[in-house]
Amino acid sequence: MFKLASLLMTPAAKYLMLAFAVLFPLVAANEYQVYVMATAFVWAIAVYGLNIITGFCGQLNLAHGGFFAIGAYTLGLLTADYGWSFWPAFAGALVMTAVLGFLVGIVSLRLKEHYFAIFTLCVGFIIYLLIDKWEELTHGAIGVRDIDAPYGFGLVDFTDTTPFYYLVLAFLVFAIWFMGRLSKSLLGRTFIAIRNGDELAQSLGINLMRNKVLAFVLSTTYAGLAGALYAGMVRFIGPEEANVQHTFDMITYLLVGGIGTIMGPLLGTIGLVWITQSLQFLEEYRMIIFGPLLVLLVIFFPRGITGSFLTWMHRKSQALGPAKKRQTSKVNTAQSREAESNA
Amino acid sequence: MSLFLQQIINGLTLGSIYGLVALGLTLVYGILHIPNFAHGALYMVGAFMSYFFMVDLGAHYWVAMAGSAAVVAILAILCERLVFHPLRHSPPIHDKIAAIGILLFLEAVVQMFWGSDFRRMSSPYSGILNFDGLIIPEQRLLIIAGAFVLVVALQLFLRKTMTGATIIAMAQSRDGAFLVGIDANRVAMMTFAISGILAAFAATLYAPINLVYPAMGHLVIMKAFVIIILGGMGSVPGAIVGGMIIGFAEALGGFYISTSYKDIIAFGLLVLILSVRPQGLFAKGAH
Repeated sequence: MFKLASLLMTPAAKYLMLAFAVLFPLVAANEYQVYVMATAFVWAIAVYGLNIITGFCGQLNLAHGGFFAIGAYTLGLLTADYGWSFWPAFAGALVMTAVLGFLVGIVSLRLKEHYFAIFTLCVGFIIYLLIDKWEELTHGAIGVRDIDAPYGFGLVDFTDTTPFYYLVLAFLVFAIWFMGRLSKSLLGRTFIAIRNGDELAQSLGINLMRNKVLAFVLSTTYAGLAGALYAGMVRFIGPEEANVQHTFDMITYLLVGGIGTIMGPLLGTIGLVWITQSLQFLEEYRMIIFGPLLVLLVIFFPRGITGSFLTWMHRKSQALGPAKKRQTSKVNTAQSREAESNA
Repeated sequence: MSLFLQQIINGLTLGSIYGLVALGLTLVYGILHIPNFAHGALYMVGAFMSYFFMVDLGAHYWVAMAGSAAVVAILAILCERLVFHPLRHSPPIHDKIAAIGILLFLEAVVQMFWGSDFRRMSSPYSGILNFDGLIIPEQRLLIIAGAFVLVVALQLFLRKTMTGATIIAMAQSRDGAFLVGIDANRVAMMTFAISGILAAFAATLYAPINLVYPAMGHLVIMKAFVIIILGGMGSVPGAIVGGMIIGFAEALGGFYISTSYKDIIAFGLLVLILSVRPQGLFAKGAH
C-alpha cells in the first residue's frame, strides 16, 4: 500500500494523469462525458485561484464566484455587444479581473480574518446585484447570448466539444504548473508564512499588504480565466453565474481535495463534479450531502484527501526509520516538507 | 410630509428586524468569536416553522411564533454542540467553512420539504391604521413594538439575572469567566439558543409583510453582518443602532434614490465606511 501510495506521488504519476486526461476523449463513452470533464477542468482552474488566496495565504475570499462571473461577463459582453473577437476579449477578461481584483484587494485586505470574509461576502453580493440590475450593461436577468467561441486560426474548430476540451486542458496544465512553481518559490513561501501568522511574517520583514494583494490579484485572475473559458464554452451566461452558491461549491471542492495543496483542487473538483453528475437527482439537493460533508471534513479531515494523504505518508516514512528513509526518493522528502509546512 | 413619515415607519420596521437578527449574531460573536454564517439559515427556518405551524397545523399566530422559537433554539443548540464545540481549537477559517456547511444543509433540507416557491404567510393583524393620512399597517406597528419589547427583555435578562451576567462575563473575558467558575458550555449553548429565538421571532414578525422562501435569509444575514461590523462586533447597543442606520438608509434610499438598487445601499455603505475607517464606525482599535 505504501509503495502504491508513493508511486502516486512521483512525477511519473503526474504524467500518467496527464496522459489519461489527453486520452480521455478517446475512451469517453459519449461527447457529453467530454463536456462534463471540460466543465470540471474549468471549475478546477477557478478552485486553484481560491487555493492561492485561501489555501496558501489563509484569507477566506467569499467573492471568488463573483470574479468568476466578472471574467465570464467581460468576455461575453465584449464579444456579443462590442464586436470584439474571442482572443482579445479573453485578454480583456483577464485584465478586467486583475484590475478589479487589485481595487477590491487594496480595500478588503486591510481587514483581517472574519472581517475580510464578511467583507468579501458583501462584495460578491454587490457583484451579483450589479449584474442582475444594471440592465443597460449586462442585460439583467435575460443574460448574455451569442457569445463567440474561441477561433482556432483556421487550424481547429473550438465549437466542437473535443477541441475545446483540449484547450481547457492546456490552460489547466498551465494553471497547475504555475501553482507548483509558485508553491516552491519565495513568493509562495511568503504566502504560507502570512497564513501561519501574519505578525510573525511581518516581523520577518514581509510586506503584508503587498503580498496579500498580489495573492488576491493572482486568485482573481485565475477566477477570471476560468470564467472566460466558461463563457466561451457554454456561450450563454446569466446573473446566476455570480450566485454565492458557486463560491460555496468551490470551497467544498477545495476542502475535499485538500486546502493548500498542489493536487487537491484538481482531485476535489473532478471527484465532486463527477459524483454530482452521476447522481443527477442530487443536482438540486446536493447540499444535503455536501453541507454535512463540509462540516465533517473541517472537524475530522481539515486537510482533505491530498493533505491527509501527505501527512500519512510523512508519518509512514518516519516510522520506517532513517535507514529506509534514505532509500525513498528525493521526491518523498520534498513531499514531506510540503506536508510539514502545510500542517 | 406624510410620504416622508411613511418612509420613517418603513425604516423603523426594517431597522427593527435587522436589529433583532444582528443582535443574535453579535451575541454569538461576542461569546465565541464565530461569525455565524448559518444565522440567516436559522432565520429562514424560523419563518418556515411558523408557516408550518400556522398553515399545516392551524395554530394561532402567537402559538406558531413560540413553537418556531422553540424549534430554532433547539436547532441552534445542536449547531453549537455538534459543530462549533468540536471546532473550538481549530483555526478560525474552519469555523467559517463549517458555518457555511450548516447554511447549505438547512437550505437544502427546507427546499426538499417545501420547494423553492415563494409563499405568503398571513397574520391576524392585517388591518391598516389611518392617522390623518398617515397609513400604518398593523403588522408594521407590531414589528416595531415587538422588537422594542424583545430588546428590553434581553437587556433585563443580561443585566438583572445571574444567567445573563455569566454571558456578559464570558464576553468580557473568557479566562476571567473560567476563573470564577462559569461553565463555558452552558453559556455557549444559551447564547446560541437566544440568538436562535431572536432570529425566529424576527422571521415570524417580518414574514407576513414579506415572502417565505428558502433563500430569504441571504440578504438579511448579509445586512446583519454589515450592521455588526458598523456597530462593532459583540456590541449589543451597536447592533441596535446599526440596525436602525441600515433600516433607515434602505427605506429612504429605496424611496428617494432607486428601488431596484436599494439592496446595494447597505453594502455600498459598508464598502464606503470600511474604506475610510477599517476599524468600523464605533469600534475601538483595528480589526
